[in-house]
Amino acid sequence: MRAPVSDLPLVLDGVSLRAGSITILDRLNLTIASGAPTLIVGPNGAGKTRLLRLCMGLDRPTAGHITWGGRADSPMARRAILFQRPVMLRRTTAANIAYALALAGIPRSERAERVGALLERVGLSDLAQRPARRLSGGEQQRLALARALARDPQILLLDEPTANLDPAATRSVEEIVQSAAESGIKIVMASHDLGQVRRLASHVIFMVRGAICEQGKAGDFLDHPTTEEAAAFVRGDLVI
Amino acid sequence: MSDEFSALQLILDGDAALFAIVKLSLAVSLSAVVLAAVIGMPLGALLGLSRFRGRSLLVVLLNSLMGLPPVVVGLAVYLLLSRSGPLGTFGILFTPTAMVIAQTILIVPIIAAPTRQTVEDLWVEYRDELTAMDVGPAGRMATLLWDARFSLVTALLAGFGRAAAEVGAVMIVGGNIDGFTRTMTTAVALETSKGNLPLALGLGLILVTIVIAINAAAWGTRIWSERQVG
Repeated sequence: MRAPVSDLPLVLDGVSLRAGSITILDRLNLTIASGAPTLIVGPNGAGKTRLLRLCMGLDRPTAGHITWGGRADSPMARRAILFQRPVMLRRTTAANIAYALALAGIPRSERAERVGALLERVGLSDLAQRPARRLSGGEQQRLALARALARDPQILLLDEPTANLDPAATRSVEEIVQSAAESGIKIVMASHDLGQVRRLASHVIFMVRGAICEQGKAGDFLDHPTTEEAAAFVRGDLVI
Repeated sequence: MSDEFSALQLILDGDAALFAIVKLSLAVSLSAVVLAAVIGMPLGALLGLSRFRGRSLLVVLLNSLMGLPPVVVGLAVYLLLSRSGPLGTFGILFTPTAMVIAQTILIVPIIAAPTRQTVEDLWVEYRDELTAMDVGPAGRMATLLWDARFSLVTALLAGFGRAAAEVGAVMIVGGNIDGFTRTMTTAVALETSKGNLPLALGLGLILVTIVIAINAAAWGTRIWSERQVG
């Protein structure tokens, strides 16, 4: 199913995003390689969502270059993004997944089986025929995950998928993300939850006010932050 | 009062000529709605999703066309289809086909204009998700039309209402020929001018009843299916 070329590593070279006189992202240099999950951490307004949109290819930087596996024009086919508030199509749960499978070029004859497998993977088998818009917040995030996984992505970008969820719903989303990571999908996930960073991250990119403040292994970031902002963030102080 | 009673009597008797008139009216107007939906919905969706110079002008024009006078449409179609007109060789003036054409032209804007608005509003919500799923232009139109289906029922009903109620266009291009192109509205006009008020009232009553029944059915279907799909 996979195309022979790879989207990894994802490289940002001097990437800036400006809107008028406002700098949203400021000269980011970043290499995201295959492996365990990378978490983009930072306070609200740090530019995490914007960075994820650039990584997906939804927005173009106003300066600098982004390349996926060395190519600047890589199609989105190998990537998927989970928005903080995913849009549920006005159809059943199963039909939402079938829609994504159809777009991914899966032939009609294979779709039913794949839908079943994906529903199982995200634990929504019992709700297959339920209207997607009637699902709870956590169920909607899991359906959005199934839709993203239907694309068979190499990179999965997630924008604070558990921001509005209770602990039980958060856990089931994290378990799906974990298993996706174990199956070889590169996870890049925004979060401002330190507990989540501890549970999921192998690598951390810490952003403040549109710039990368610190990046490295998750353990180092959590235990020995080198910058003042990171130290304050890890301590639980308010970083703005 | 006596007029209304005779009108009711006429309906209860199940007059064959009356039934033929009702049948033709429904056949013409429903065909026009189907054709106008096939043309107007993709057209509205296309306009809702495109960005080009002069688009605002087109949107204003389309919205204005919702108020197109039936007699003007009738006249235009008459000129097109008359023996000396560009489409005169088909010989379809004063046939039900001509009436369907005229009504279709009349209600394409009535369906396309609200479709454009609905699709444009829904696109704001869907843009990121569909872009990230790599949905092409045709897929976007199809997805948005399908997901807006419950709202679009109202546009269809507005179109049907207009088609069923208008008299000007069908009168001009149909000619109100007894047993061939006479519809409920043209018959009401004719019978009123002849002073045959019972028949006119009877037809008017049936017309209003049918319009209410179709709207009720559409409303019921919408509520039911919204419950199914959310």
